Amino acid sequence: MKVRNILATKKGQLITIRSDEPVRRAIALLVENRIGVLLVVDETGKLVGILSERDVVRTAAYDEALFGRPVAEIMTKEVIVGMPQDDVLAVAHTMLEKRFRHLPIMEDGELIGIISIGDVLKIQRDAYRGEVDTLETRIIAEGE
Amino acid sequence: MSQIGTTAQPLRVAIIGAGPAGFYSAERLFKETEMVVEVDMFDRLPTPYGLVRNGVAPDHQKIKSVTAAFDRIANNPRFRFFGNVELGRDFSVDDLKDYYHQILYSTGAQTDRPLGIPGDELIGSHPATEFVAWYNGHPDYRDHHFDLSQERVAVVGVGNVAIDVARILCRTREELMKTDIADYALEALVNSNVKEVYILGRRGAAQAAFTAPEAKELGELADCDALVPPAEAELDPLSQATMANADRADVRKVEIIQELSRRQPSGKSKRLTLRFLVSPTELIDDGNGHVKQMKLVQNELYATDAGSLRPRATDRTETLDVGLVFRSIGYRGVPLPGVPFHESWGVIPNDGGRVLDSATKEPVLGQYTAGWIKRGPTGVIGTNKPDAAETVENMLTDAREGRTLSPTHAMAEAVTQLLDDRQVRPVSFADWKRLDELELARGKEEGRPRVKFTRIEDMLDALRS
Repeated sequence: MKVRNILATKKGQLITIRSDEPVRRAIALLVENRIGVLLVVDETGKLVGILSERDVVRTAAYDEALFGRPVAEIMTKEVIVGMPQDDVLAVAHTMLEKRFRHLPIMEDGELIGIISIGDVLKIQRDAYRGEVDTLETRIIAEGE
Repeated sequence: MSQIGTTAQPLRVAIIGAGPAGFYSAERLFKETEMVVEVDMFDRLPTPYGLVRNGVAPDHQKIKSVTAAFDRIANNPRFRFFGNVELGRDFSVDDLKDYYHQILYSTGAQTDRPLGIPGDELIGSHPATEFVAWYNGHPDYRDHHFDLSQERVAVVGVGNVAIDVARILCRTREELMKTDIADYALEALVNSNVKEVYILGRRGAAQAAFTAPEAKELGELADCDALVPPAEAELDPLSQATMANADRADVRKVEIIQELSRRQPSGKSKRLTLRFLVSPTELIDDGNGHVKQMKLVQNELYATDAGSLRPRATDRTETLDVGLVFRSIGYRGVPLPGVPFHESWGVIPNDGGRVLDSATKEPVLGQYTAGWIKRGPTGVIGTNKPDAAETVENMLTDAREGRTLSPTHAMAEAVTQLLDDRQVRPVSFADWKRLDELELARGKEEGRPRVKFTRIEDMLDALRS
């Protein structure tokens, strides 16, 4: 099971924000699109960071002037990026271990999508359900 | 027009492709209690069940028993099967839009990816799927030729299909007689010269895609020794680290592989060797356009940023004498005429099963997809059940909210009329059940579970008589 199999059934809509835009705009984008994370790009469109709900809340806890600050100031700069051919199980482990919930996916130097821990959970749940179903069929057939 | 989803005007759904994803989609549609749904399922072959009939290995008869569940779905009075009817040949997507509120594509992944190395096109180098379709009696492949006079064979890839192919090549006559393998394939395999089969994985034992039961089965072949070079069964430090978090099934698989690596040949007449951390780099011509040898490079693993282990070539190379090569390094779907397609992944672009327009990335009204053509070739037969459920939930939501096609002939009889006007003679599910009985009866005569019809003409002749 590869990351590609997750991306195949998703719209692949990438919501990005420029790093010099204010956090206010970022929050609006998160809410409008009902997502938990934005990809932050520079003026050339290059990925420079990722901004999650968590980043916003963490800063809001002590910084009242948060809304007007540029996204660059509060975003996570160290972004781990995945590839379509990455194994889902390995990615799940890395996300749990390093405690992040979203993974941008790049192919040939281009951003093509983003997967969330929820996506990973869903594909694994479906894989287990499918295996149980097939095993049951087999066991029933062996009893006949 | 009366409301859609009522007895007066059922929600009419066309399903293209009669494999597991198609059947599970129909099943989920029929479970809907608030809407009356009618399903017409089309397949280009006269026979249903897709890869359960033409893909699942013939020595895995228990897995094929899932067809009993499909038959129960087909018994629903609101279900019709139209076999031997092909999208693109007998009707177009635009035709379907005139007869159905919703169209679902579940056509699977029919072709293999090429190896992309010099010599890929030599005689004796084949996609594994073609060999699988051949031994399973698929009408399109029954006349393909595979040179089983060769003694040494390489199967590239370590997925379930690669393992199936290798295992079938190593089975004895007695073992094959217990299967429903195509009669001509039985004959050819019994008389084959194959003595040595290599299965080649580019990553290590821990990353092999086959399952523990399949690994175990390799060690239990009647007249074939299964071996693994001890050095290649050992896990590198990166793989070892992953085993701490691995599924129990994966741990078991590695244990079985390592157990095989401790075995010595016991003098059986065939030998199957599982190799890891090797990639073919070239197939060498014997001077007459046939494969003579395969060049291999040994790999090492490295971790990607996201933690996945990938192969990387080292400078260690070797040459393997093989006269026949089957590649099984990934499958891809085939584009359907008039349906969006993701070229590099070989799937229909979709969002939870709603087909997306290639350009706008917005859902295409009334068109859906399920199974391997939706998510790519991954999982077991049962994985298509939750996959189909997701698509059908979205279909029903759309239908409830009025987002369906507006067919001018939304009646079951109109479809029969259309096919009749075009002189298409579909094979019904009742027809198929007659073929099924005939195949079972032919099997009984020979002491086998089934002897398949492998030519469409023969199937149609049998139905006429």
